[in-house]
Amino acid sequence: MYDITSIYQARSVDDAISALKNDPEALVIAGGTDVLIKIREGKDAGCRLVSIHELREELEGVALAPNGDVEIGPLTTFRGCTFSDVIRATVPVLGEAADMAGGPQLRAAGTLGGNLCNGITSADTASTQMAFGAVLRVRGPEGEREISINDWYRGVGKVALAHDELLVKIVIPKSHYEGWSGHYIKYAMRSAMDIATLGVSCLVKLSADKTVVEDLRLAFGVAGPVPFRCLETEKAMTGLPIGEAVKQIGASALKEIHPRDSWRASKAFRIQLARELSGRALAEAARKGGAQI
Amino acid sequence: MSMEILSCTVNGRPVEVGIDPRESLADTLRERLGLTSVKKGCEVGECGACTVLVDGEAIDSCIYLSVWAQGKKIFTVEGLQDESGELSPIQKAFVEEAAIQCGFCTPGIIMSAVEIVGSGKQYTREELRKLISGHLCRCTGYQNILNAVERAVNEAHKFVGK
Repeated sequence: MYDITSIYQARSVDDAISALKNDPEALVIAGGTDVLIKIREGKDAGCRLVSIHELREELEGVALAPNGDVEIGPLTTFRGCTFSDVIRATVPVLGEAADMAGGPQLRAAGTLGGNLCNGITSADTASTQMAFGAVLRVRGPEGEREISINDWYRGVGKVALAHDELLVKIVIPKSHYEGWSGHYIKYAMRSAMDIATLGVSCLVKLSADKTVVEDLRLAFGVAGPVPFRCLETEKAMTGLPIGEAVKQIGASALKEIHPRDSWRASKAFRIQLARELSGRALAEAARKGGAQI
Repeated sequence: MSMEILSCTVNGRPVEVGIDPRESLADTLRERLGLTSVKKGCEVGECGACTVLVDGEAIDSCIYLSVWAQGKKIFTVEGLQDESGELSPIQKAFVEEAAIQCGFCTPGIIMSAVEIVGSGKQYTREELRKLISGHLCRCTGYQNILNAVERAVNEAHKFVGK
């Protein structure tokens, strides 16, 4: 039995929004894999919940829009993301990242939307969505607005979502993924049921002969209070031969990250991981894109 | 909190049961329906002892609210036995491979195995390791569990040899 004061099961997205508007203290619960654990720990004990768990028709599934954009319903589970044909065909690295969260049962319950809305730096899909420059469509009492994922994070556990707004769509525009290949590396103490000590997602766009970095995206989780991109490194790697970029990317990224000591790992270890894994992620992303390295 | 009626299918039978909306599915299955194969281990979705199938997918029932099960099909180990009380081939594989020591994690792993076998695919040992990675076993060291799951998959699909 959970220490919950009330739970309102929303009948639609609009119904959920009005329930949130009417109760400034209420918490949204979707997959439940974070919220219920926090209640169990006592952090959110006694809370009032607005459940959107059953709004699958409105909020679940991945679709390819007529213009080629990938549209992900935020209630899509990690598992649903990994096994989506659209994800596999367009942004396979996102499906691979989703396949690294927790274990199989958790991946059948936890959602991509929750992974962004909880504002957690270790969220396994967040750095890849960051690298793709996902556009987040949110709906509130006044209607819908779009927020770039670059403007989403406002601090640990805080995102640019008003209390009475819901994330209703994650959009990865065609121009953000077409011609790119990517690779995500999660470093954790166990290969399953663990939280990332460090996560790095690297996307690369190669020259026509597959030898030069034409453009690059590098995003980290657990290298700072929220997931973020290394914009300077992205610029610095552009135009370099792939082998050279693989050599340089780690040292360059270190100038932009700011990991800390935690009980999971020391700052020094995270720095070492970031330096080493950046190059590995780029090399693998380039290989997936057809480079011979 | 006022009670609600949960209508769902449990192990193939339609069930109507009064629940408290604060209950987890693990609570409801154990306390109200007497399905004690569903174990409560960590109660935070880490150990997999409470794994059941909801509409065919293995989930941790300790972090699944019962109110969400409305209209869904739930499957636990109690639903595996046939009418004569015979164990299912998957259960027999666990016995044959000595994949059980204290037994606390076993019902959960068997439910994951039901989903794995039911997928109709063959898997490498590495893939099977990943598919049961949402379960913790503190006794066996997992090798016999893997042997059992592998055996159950092979027997179900009559795959021959390694």
